[in-house]
Amino acid sequence: MTAPSGFTPDTAAPPAGQGGAAPRAATAPAPDPAEQRRRDRRSRRYRLDVRWSPYAFVAPFFVFFAAFGLFPLLYTGWASLHQVELTNPTHMEWAGWHNYSRLWEDEFFWKALRNTFTIGVISTVPQLMMALGIAHLLNYRLRASMFFRVAILTPYATSVAAATLVFALLFGHDYGMVNWSLGLVGLDGVDWQNGTWTSQIAVSTIVIWRWTGYNALIYLAAMQAVPNDLYESAALDGASRWKQFLHVTVPSLRPTILFTVVVSTIGATQLFGEPLLFNTAGTATGGADHQYQTLGLYMYEQGWVNLHLGRASAIAWTMFLILLLIAAANALFARRLRKSQ
Amino acid sequence: MRRNTGSHRSRAVVLAAVAALGAGLLSGCADDGDDGSAGSSGGGDSKGKTVVTVGTYGVMGFKQAGLYDEYTKLHPDIKIEENVIDPASNYYPQLLTHLGSGSGLADIQAVEVGNINEVTTTQADKFVDLSKADGVKKENFLDWKWAQATAKDGKTIGLGTDVGPMAICYRKDLFQQAGLPADRDAVSELWAGDWQKYLDAGKDYAKKAPGGAAFLDSAGGLFNAAVSGSSEVYYDKSGKPIYKDGPAVKKAWKLATDASASKLSAKLQEFTKPWQQALANGKFATVSCPAWMLGQIKEYAGDKYKGKWDVAAAPQPANWGGSFLSVPQAAKNKDEAVKLATWLTAPEQQAKLFEKQASFPSAQAAYSLPQVADAKLPYFNNAPIGKIFSQAAKDSPTQILGPKDAVIKQNFTDVGLLQVEQQGKSADEGWKAAIKTNDNALDQ
Repeated sequence: MTAPSGFTPDTAAPPAGQGGAAPRAATAPAPDPAEQRRRDRRSRRYRLDVRWSPYAFVAPFFVFFAAFGLFPLLYTGWASLHQVELTNPTHMEWAGWHNYSRLWEDEFFWKALRNTFTIGVISTVPQLMMALGIAHLLNYRLRASMFFRVAILTPYATSVAAATLVFALLFGHDYGMVNWSLGLVGLDGVDWQNGTWTSQIAVSTIVIWRWTGYNALIYLAAMQAVPNDLYESAALDGASRWKQFLHVTVPSLRPTILFTVVVSTIGATQLFGEPLLFNTAGTATGGADHQYQTLGLYMYEQGWVNLHLGRASAIAWTMFLILLLIAAANALFARRLRKSQ
Repeated sequence: MRRNTGSHRSRAVVLAAVAALGAGLLSGCADDGDDGSAGSSGGGDSKGKTVVTVGTYGVMGFKQAGLYDEYTKLHPDIKIEENVIDPASNYYPQLLTHLGSGSGLADIQAVEVGNINEVTTTQADKFVDLSKADGVKKENFLDWKWAQATAKDGKTIGLGTDVGPMAICYRKDLFQQAGLPADRDAVSELWAGDWQKYLDAGKDYAKKAPGGAAFLDSAGGLFNAAVSGSSEVYYDKSGKPIYKDGPAVKKAWKLATDASASKLSAKLQEFTKPWQQALANGKFATVSCPAWMLGQIKEYAGDKYKGKWDVAAAPQPANWGGSFLSVPQAAKNKDEAVKLATWLTAPEQQAKLFEKQASFPSAQAAYSLPQVADAKLPYFNNAPIGKIFSQAAKDSPTQILGPKDAVIKQNFTDVGLLQVEQQGKSADEGWKAAIKTNDNALDQ
């Protein structure tokens, strides 16, 4: 290895505290005061630049967040403390905690909360389990795996509206495909719309159909990061595919599973389009007996059908608080999980 | 050093770009409110024509009946754009938000009869007084239609388009098979004067109901039809809600739940897919038939049942539904909009609309015009619908409207009666559920 020409050990390591240009500067004549000032100014500007430019770069996000995220959030909170009607949204009358205390005694609110919970459970649990299974299958070496991966994602790409309208037809009482196929195997048709459980299962089916593929792909991505030698050594120990899945795949996927649980829970709490459109009459009541009215739907009904913006805001904030609670519970759970490992 | 200044410059460029982008986005958002009037920047298009926008819900038929084309031929400097919001349930909240912010409004906004009272009582100052417009004649319109859109101070904010005078549409062939009279005059006679007689006829029909077809489509439809014949329905004269003990509501409720209990109804919910399918498959023999229902029957029952349907008078004259055209103060082309709204609701145009779209005129002056007076529909066995519906419209009582009519009506049919019919609950339970839902909706 030869040193480049002109390279001498003396200049290789400049004295501490000086820049790389120090040797040449040392030989140059002392700068005149004007030049010195210019340099000072430049370095001050440089420091300011380094300090504040990043803020300028991220500012657009925060400006938009403030305008379209934070402001509506706070304004909704403010509105929830007032009596406001959509017929005259600028006229607000102070109501204190009335909208909230009213919710406490509102049987429709509790029913909606209960429905949201049950629909959330019967849509999220099977959905994630199926997604895990599908991901496991897709993780095998198989022909045209790309095709299958894209195929399972297509439901996710369809719009809620289109999917729900089709499902509402499938679950029709007299002319629906589901009852027709039940009839083929000699079973009576089910009145999907009108029963509490049947309607909730029907709504959950739409959710499951739309989101299973999405979650499967997330699991698949995580599975591919699981080191292959784990499987190999498991196989050497004589573990079956099922055992491998239970004892290698699932434990390695724990953080991913937790993530999907959280995301799905948030989605379930905000469930709106499916129950709205599942009602073929297009009303926001969530069925004749409000049997599948979710919190989102109830908020919509209060705000945009009954025109009580204040109460709708209170429902929105209550939903927000419920989500915060879920997030807190999840954080606790995640910490436990990490400690136990 | 040079590198620094260089990056300074590029950073400045980036910052400027970001700022410009941000400003662009922000101004884009600020413009958003005007999007409702698609493509009408400042009310003029490239050819220098004035664009008048019309906001409607569902099919109001102006375009389909060729009225826009006719108007633009008469006024070559005008272009008309219609923004349809479907389903109709999304239309009203949007109209209210746009009124609240004063932007995004079309030059002409349609208002449904269920909402007209709320708009008239709470938003009158945001609309143009159409009673003073050139060419508007109060006496052209049905008195009660005119009154519905007139505020206490005499300001009229909406011009009536169609109304929904009531008849009963029935399957002539099924009536014959069931041994009931099939001729439309005899059928009208059968239940003249009382909805109870209509149910009695239904009980006779049910004894020999041919082909498994129910007598009527839904308890909800019957409820709406019966309730629409009274002047006091959900609100009394002083504006107090009386849906809990109003005689009209109670009577109609009893009728509707009786029909359901006697298994006269096909247990459908009107205008839903199953209801349309039942029409297509001939699953019921009668349906309460405001004029606009003819179009629905024709569309969904289809060619298969052409000539088998007929129209008889309803037991009592009643009106169900109808719309108004209004011009918001914030409209961009207020003057042109007023002219267009006046023209569209003039008797001649309403008659044309009836001829093409079966929207029944609220302009009584149109009833003597040949398009209405001599109207017969081949699909309905050449029933003289012009005569039947004009009679019903003239005899309909002036209905007292209230702000929440639409919501209350919906909760009675879609919560209360649906629980009784489709969920098998008792009439009492259904009533309580409807009242509770309504209390919740009206409670501020």
